[in-house]
Amino acid sequence: MNILGLYNYWIVVVLMMIGFYIVIAHENLIKKLVGLTIFQTSVFFFYISMGKISGATAPILDEKWQLYSNPLPHVLILTAIVVGIATTALGLALVVRIQEAYGSIEENEIQVQDYHDRMEGQLEAYGFRKKHVLSVQKLEE
Amino acid sequence: MKDLFAVVMLTGIYSLLTASLFLDLDAVDVAFTEASVGAGISTLLMLATLKLVGRFERHTRYKPALALGVVLVTGSLLVYGTLDMPHFGSADAPVHQHVAPRYLNDSMAEIGVPNVVTSVLASYRGYDTLGEILVVFTAGIGVISLLRVSRRTKKDSRKKVPVDMQQQIILRIVAKMMLPPILIFALYVQFHGDYGPGGGFQAGVIFAAGIILYTMLFGLSSGQRVFKPVVLELLSALGILLYAGVGVACLLLGGNFLEYNVLRHDPVHGQHLGILLVELGVGITVASVMITIFFKFTWRTVKHKYKNE
Repeated sequence: MNILGLYNYWIVVVLMMIGFYIVIAHENLIKKLVGLTIFQTSVFFFYISMGKISGATAPILDEKWQLYSNPLPHVLILTAIVVGIATTALGLALVVRIQEAYGSIEENEIQVQDYHDRMEGQLEAYGFRKKHVLSVQKLEE
Repeated sequence: MKDLFAVVMLTGIYSLLTASLFLDLDAVDVAFTEASVGAGISTLLMLATLKLVGRFERHTRYKPALALGVVLVTGSLLVYGTLDMPHFGSADAPVHQHVAPRYLNDSMAEIGVPNVVTSVLASYRGYDTLGEILVVFTAGIGVISLLRVSRRTKKDSRKKVPVDMQQQIILRIVAKMMLPPILIFALYVQFHGDYGPGGGFQAGVIFAAGIILYTMLFGLSSGQRVFKPVVLELLSALGILLYAGVGVACLLLGGNFLEYNVLRHDPVHGQHLGILLVELGVGITVASVMITIFFKFTWRTVKHKYKNE
């Protein structure tokens, strides 16, 4: 059994891992979305390459041809692409709102801000009134 | 890479390459969709976002070691998983054994549409497509509610042509010349989807791309004079209603939901009519949702600019 015939799946895995790496290693939310897009296209490739038959043609029926590639993956992926752009647009809208709320789209900076907010909220809950409370930055110093 | 503009441009090129690779894999409809969606709309939306969030990435700490480890382990496990898979291009793979032969052999007699992708999309798997359209519609609603702008900012965007575009006369004239062919091509793709690659999804996206091009060069207010936001929101709902309405009409005529055979006396004619209407519904919803999303992003940009000044 020749193992090299599986090369299409390896391309898919490499693309998928590139996308995965971008999503988990980068802090910038736009880059994360780009990574997600690459991850998504790798899944598209996976489906489309499974539908391919050597020597076949596109599934548009004609008397000149006998062998067609599998149309089912094409249908699934066609709709998935359009749904993908709709969800990406939703993600971008969230990024815009995050930028407006936090002034940053770097994940680590957002987490730091969240941490400060939580600490101040806890201090307030323990009975420090707001005008007496030292800000968290001062406590850390 | 710190410049996000370059990242977005490279993503667009990547999408175009993806589309040509899909073409090589016999998936003409998918290639069409990817070229118009990935290289067109998605790049535009990312650029609109960049205008709002800033072009450059801030300097951040960067620890790739753990991520690289996770990725390598996952990747090698996945490659190990592929060892049992059928070879690339083999005709006897399990994928080709179940419903695909039925689609390829019988769809001409049952549906009478040469493009098998269209007949599977709109007829055999009509439920599925209805669901996908609902997802697109829901995402549109999500974007509308996330990027809500109060209507009072309307007078701020009274300037007809954006300042940075007033100098670009050649660009505007060429765009004006290209706009009618783009819209006609979208209609061709819409109604010729039965015989060649194309259909409601691609046509909707191409139509939206034409309108977006116009809006980019002539300003948001002129774009919104053609397509009022309220009309667009109604249209996006109307597309789904048309789709589901065809299904209900089939029910009332004594068939199953989305069983187009009963629409006419001849089942094949009924299928033709059903597919035409359903694809039209898909096209209307996709086009109006895409235009709405772009308008929302651009409107945000206009408001943003005036707030900062």
